[in-house]
Amino acid sequence: MRYLTDRKRAVGKGASHTGTEHHWAMTATAVALAFMVPTWLYIFGSAIGGTRAEVVAAFARPFPAILTALVIVVGMRHFAKGSATLVEDYARGTSRKIGLIFFYSLSAVIAAIGLYALIRIALKG
Amino acid sequence: MTEATGSSKRGERPLSPHLQIYRVQITSASSILTRITGQALMAGVILGVWWLLAASTSDRYFAVANAVVTSWFGKLVFLGSLWAVWYHYLAGLRHLYFDAGHGLEIKTAEMLGWACVAGSVVLTALTILIV
Repeated sequence: MRYLTDRKRAVGKGASHTGTEHHWAMTATAVALAFMVPTWLYIFGSAIGGTRAEVVAAFARPFPAILTALVIVVGMRHFAKGSATLVEDYARGTSRKIGLIFFYSLSAVIAAIGLYALIRIALKG
Repeated sequence: MTEATGSSKRGERPLSPHLQIYRVQITSASSILTRITGQALMAGVILGVWWLLAASTSDRYFAVANAVVTSWFGKLVFLGSLWAVWYHYLAGLRHLYFDAGHGLEIKTAEMLGWACVAGSVVLTALTILIV
């Protein structure tokens, strides 16, 4: 008698080993970014070239600060997952593992620096 | 089939056709460009986040970052990133449209590819005008 159901034996055996979570995460972050990026481009573009006081004042306001934080966090998650697909397309074995760790780490570091900068600016404003 | 034939057949399997033997098509080119722009955008992100970090730190640090950002190099990175973000944006919307099962006829898909290229240039110009 088989104790495992057919479904249980099939789960994780596909090419991705994870089902559709990765694709769904890309879809969800893509839609989120599609809503946020145009407004954020305006905010960020307007701030470039200003004096330090102007830049701090711009990003200390609630809407630009929160939107920028969201764009950084969601954008870096989108970048990490997209880069994972890139690595999985071209690399195998150890180089695949190194590549995946590199892109996940890079995204985390950039997101952490961005949030740290935003919090410092928010506390100044 | 015996084990021996099985393994010799394995070695004679046709290779997946190499990218180089294909004529470049707008559908493949626009797909590859999506990946390249996605990766290249990291340059703009790193420059922008570094500039924010400098603004949050000190006047001296900000002076350095601001000089880089407003130099020809910084302008080039941000101009390239602006186009890349709009291209990636439109190509991403096209992917969502494809995922929903639309636009997959060859003519439509080719038209959408050109629309991404043209649209990204138009949106880049518009952004520069507005911001």
